[in-house]
Amino acid sequence: MHGGNVAIVGAAETRDLGTLPDRSVLQLHTEAAMRALSDAGLGPDDVDGIANDGMPPFDVSHYLGIRPRWIDGTSVGGCSFMLHVRHAAAAIAAGAANVVLITHGESGRSGVGTRPWAPDPASLSGQFEQPFGAGAPFATFTTPVLAFLEERGMTRRDLAEVVAAQREWSDGNPRAARNRRISADDVLAAREIAYPFTRDMCCVVTDGGGALVMTSAERARDLPSADRAVHLLGSGEAGGTPIVSQMDDLGSFGAFRTACGEALRTAGITHADVDHVMFYDAFAHLPLYMLEDSGFVGRGESGAFVADGGTRPGGALPMNTNGGGLSYTHTGKYGMFAIQEAVRQLRGEAFRQVPGVEVSVVQGVGMMFGAAGALVLGNRT
Amino acid sequence: MSSGPVPSPTPETAPFWESTRARAMRLPHCTPCGRPHFYPRSYCPFCHSAELEWREVSGRATLASYVINRRPGPAFEGASQIIALVRLAEGPRMMTNLVEVETDPVSLRLGMPLRVRYSERGDQVLPLFAPAEVAA
Repeated sequence: MHGGNVAIVGAAETRDLGTLPDRSVLQLHTEAAMRALSDAGLGPDDVDGIANDGMPPFDVSHYLGIRPRWIDGTSVGGCSFMLHVRHAAAAIAAGAANVVLITHGESGRSGVGTRPWAPDPASLSGQFEQPFGAGAPFATFTTPVLAFLEERGMTRRDLAEVVAAQREWSDGNPRAARNRRISADDVLAAREIAYPFTRDMCCVVTDGGGALVMTSAERARDLPSADRAVHLLGSGEAGGTPIVSQMDDLGSFGAFRTACGEALRTAGITHADVDHVMFYDAFAHLPLYMLEDSGFVGRGESGAFVADGGTRPGGALPMNTNGGGLSYTHTGKYGMFAIQEAVRQLRGEAFRQVPGVEVSVVQGVGMMFGAAGALVLGNRT
Repeated sequence: MSSGPVPSPTPETAPFWESTRARAMRLPHCTPCGRPHFYPRSYCPFCHSAELEWREVSGRATLASYVINRRPGPAFEGASQIIALVRLAEGPRMMTNLVEVETDPVSLRLGMPLRVRYSERGDQVLPLFAPAEVAA
């Protein structure tokens, strides 16, 4: 769908990220919400639309004394927030809401105020994945990668290069969980988690939160945050498979192609117009899939593109400039943090700022290969 | 008897789990379009017909992809396990474990032929796969 002539006018993460045993999940949501509203120059009384994933949306609105007239609880895992932004834009464009607050909080490391995970042996995963040990994402989301690599003549070193490239972005960032440079050799030498994946090819596990405030571009112009507004230029979303074994193609994810294709098309731009990308990286293979499926490189070219520096500082396509879920933070649903970094880059406020970012593409994935969402964001309409 | 989670069948999957308990594997085949599918559904995912028939498949497969899980959950008693995606000779792909082979990438080649094995798990029987060269 087209951008809807809406803007992100507030964006913030929780003050701290990492290990936060003194905060409940609801506190993480609401701390991020109040910080994002403050960033926008708005308050809870201005909000009439609410969206989040992971708990009933009205838990957050009621906690803050907000009485929403528009609610979205779309829950498709870590890319839910890309869909919330897209749905909020439709709602604002249709007049169903004026100011939408999208929140995320997760006590992924400490588990404070979190419902315990309970496997369901009658679910598709419970019948056809978990009995074989495919439960934890590091041993499930990862299963197609050897097929991806072999089809292209690539190796696990290509996974290691993704990690090394992203560490150049998180290098020295005190907010990043892993913030020291590392070589591809070091990545390959680290402890094996699920061959071919070593420790550093798997995301960090953290506590934290983030929130976005959206409103019409017209109203954005009147806010104190007007000169920092980030505009939604295009968006897309798509569904995939509830169990990894049923991907149409182990070496390509159709939902990335659909979601990113629609986002670029509706934004009316080509790949050459994109200055910066955030590609949801719960594991090191995902940026490789996304580079190819989103059409930024040709089939089989992703490994060499990363290894040759294409995504590093100074490269042609700066990617995952906060260090990504592999290095910056990953609460369990990283998508909010991918959007936050795109907003910072577009505002010129990032820790490792890319010069002259005007258009950023954010590509998310959720529930392993269950869903995808893509946004094209710009600092001009 | 292997250790780990036990699948709980639902109405549309029960014939599959009944077949593995009988040391065979049956899948729904679509009568109009002729194609089998996995996981079992009430409608053919290709032509959307509800005219399905349960037919036995050969138990032959090839290795499509895998990981060697070095950190199995507590239910699996700690040993490394090969979590594999296999393509059945009849077409559908499924997740399984490889057995009767070293948990080492040197022993594993994508495309290698496999044969089904059956392993008791609680009141169910799981289809596992072994290299065809060693399988009976």
